[in-house]
Amino acid sequence: MHESILCVILYISMACPGERILALTEYIHAVNLSFSYQNEPEAPQVLKDVSLSVEKGSFVAVLGHNGSGKSTLAKHMNVILLPSGGSLFVNGMDTSLEEHLWEIRQQVGMVFQNPDNQLVATVVEEDVAFAPENMGVPPEEIRRRVEEALRTVGMWDFRDHAPHRLSGGQKQRIAIAGVLAMHPDCIVLDEPTAMLDPRGRREVLETIHRLNRESGMTVILITHYMDEAAQADRVVVMDSGTVIADGTPKEVFSQVELIRSAGLDVPQTTDLVHWLRTEKGLDLPADCLTVEEAADAVAKLFS
Amino acid sequence: MLNDITLGQYFPGNSPLHKMDPRIKILLTVLFVVSLFLVSDPLFLIAPVIFIGILYLIARIPVRFLLKSLKPLIPILIFTTVLNLFFLPGDVTLFSFWVIQISDKGLLNAILVLIRIVCLIAGSSLLTYTTSPIALTDGIERLLSPLGKLKFPVHDLAMMMSIALRFIPTLIEETEKIMSAQKARGADMETGSLVQRAKALVPILIPLLVSAFRRAEELALAMECRCYRGGEGRTRMKQLKLHLRDLWGSLITVILCGGMIALGFLL
Repeated sequence: MHESILCVILYISMACPGERILALTEYIHAVNLSFSYQNEPEAPQVLKDVSLSVEKGSFVAVLGHNGSGKSTLAKHMNVILLPSGGSLFVNGMDTSLEEHLWEIRQQVGMVFQNPDNQLVATVVEEDVAFAPENMGVPPEEIRRRVEEALRTVGMWDFRDHAPHRLSGGQKQRIAIAGVLAMHPDCIVLDEPTAMLDPRGRREVLETIHRLNRESGMTVILITHYMDEAAQADRVVVMDSGTVIADGTPKEVFSQVELIRSAGLDVPQTTDLVHWLRTEKGLDLPADCLTVEEAADAVAKLFS
Repeated sequence: MLNDITLGQYFPGNSPLHKMDPRIKILLTVLFVVSLFLVSDPLFLIAPVIFIGILYLIARIPVRFLLKSLKPLIPILIFTTVLNLFFLPGDVTLFSFWVIQISDKGLLNAILVLIRIVCLIAGSSLLTYTTSPIALTDGIERLLSPLGKLKFPVHDLAMMMSIALRFIPTLIEETEKIMSAQKARGADMETGSLVQRAKALVPILIPLLVSAFRRAEELALAMECRCYRGGEGRTRMKQLKLHLRDLWGSLITVILCGGMIALGFLL
C-alpha cells in the first residue's frame, strides 16, 4: 500500500513539472497518519488521519495542549514510533521500512524537553561527538564537526566543561549542537523550552531561528507557548489527535474561537484586538500579532 | 553538603603524570601493586616508598589528599598490624607481657604489611588523582578491547560506566531536592533510632528510583535518536597516542618493579 502511494506521488510529480518541484521541496510528508498505543480497536487513537507536509527550509511550529498528539507526531518523524495506519515520508523515504531507519535518524535530529536526560558524556565536546562517533565518522572529521556545531550554538568556549555545571539554556544548546554534529537536514524540537527560565528560552529560540535563517535548516518546533509559535513561518494547531488549523501565524491566531476550543490561548495582543472587535465593535484587522501592529491599527482607526 | 562533589578523586593538573596515557598508567599501577606483594624484606620496600613520594611531588598532589584516602583504611591498618605484631610466633621474643608476645618475625611482618598497604593505596590513588574518570573509562575500554573478540561486552560496560559517571551529579542534585521536599512535608531524617532513620530514607529512595527509571528511558530514546546502536562501527573522536613520556615512565617503573621482584626472588 505504501508503495502504491509513493507511486502515485511519483506519477503526479512526473506528470506535471510544476507539481514536481513541489514534491521535491516537501521534506516531511504525512499521509492519513494514525497512531494508537495498543493494537486493539478500542484503544484511544492518539493520532487520527493526520495529513501534513513540511517544506524544506521552513520553520513550522506545532501547537497543542497536553495530550493533543503533538509529541506523538514528532516521534514519528524520527521513527521512534511507527504509524498504526497511513504513512509518513521523510525526504521521500517511508519511515515504516527498516532499511531507512538510520538514514532518517541521521537526517532528522531530535531535541527533547529535559536537557539533563539527553546528554550522555561528562564533557561537553565528548557529548557533541557522540552522534558522529555512532555514525562511524573518522576522528579528524568528528573534531571538525564538533567545533562547527559548538560554534554555531555559541558554546565553543565551554567545550571542556562538565554539562552539569551549565545552565538549562546552555545544556539545551549543547543538545542542539549534539544533533547538528550529525549534519541533519531537519531538526525536530519537542518542547525544548518547557523546563527553561526566560533567559534560557530566549537563548534556545534565538539559536534555532538563526539555524533556520542562516543554514536553511528545516525546523519543527513542538510547543505550547503562543509567542514561540507566533515567530514561526507556519503554525499547525493540534487537538485530540487531529490538525484543526494550519497556516501562517496571522491566519491561525485570527481564528480566536477555534484556538480557544482547543484549550489554547491566543497571544495577548490578538486577544485584545479580538475583544475590541467583538465586544466594542471596532473595525480592526483580526490578524494583529505584535504590539506594534495592534498600535498601528488602532492609531489608523482614530486618525 | 552534597553540592560540590568532584567526580571520583580526580585532582586536575598539568604534570607529566596527568598527561600520561591512561592505558599505560593502569598497566604500570597493576605492575607496581603486584611487585609490592612479591617483596618479603621491608628493606626493599624503601625503594617504592621513595618512588611513590617522588611521583606525588611530580604530580603536585598535596599530602593531605593522600591522608584523606588512607583515612577509611585506618581500622584495617591497625587490625592487621596488631594481629601480626602480637600473634605471629618467631624465634626471638622481643617483648612479653601477660598473653602478648612480640617476636622479631611479628615486628618485621607488621612493618612489611603496613608499608605494603600504604604503598598500595598511595599507588592506586595516584592513578585516580591524575586520571579523569572519563580517561580512566577510556583506558579500561581500550585495554579490555581484545576481550571483545571473545564476545565480552567491553563497549557496553564502558558505556555504562561513563553514563553512571555522567549521572552521579544529576542524581545527587535530585536527592537534595527530594530531601528538601520531604522535609518541607515534615519528614524527620536526623533524629530517632537507627531503624527509624533508615525508615525515613524510604520516602527519599522511592522517588529517586522512580525518577532514575524515567531518566533512563528518556536517555535511551535520546541516544537512539543520535544513531546509537552499540559499539559496532563506532569511531572515537579522542584517539589515544603514546608519547615519549609514556615510554620514560614505563621504563623507570618497569626497572624499579623488576628490580624489586628479582631481589625478592633472589633473597
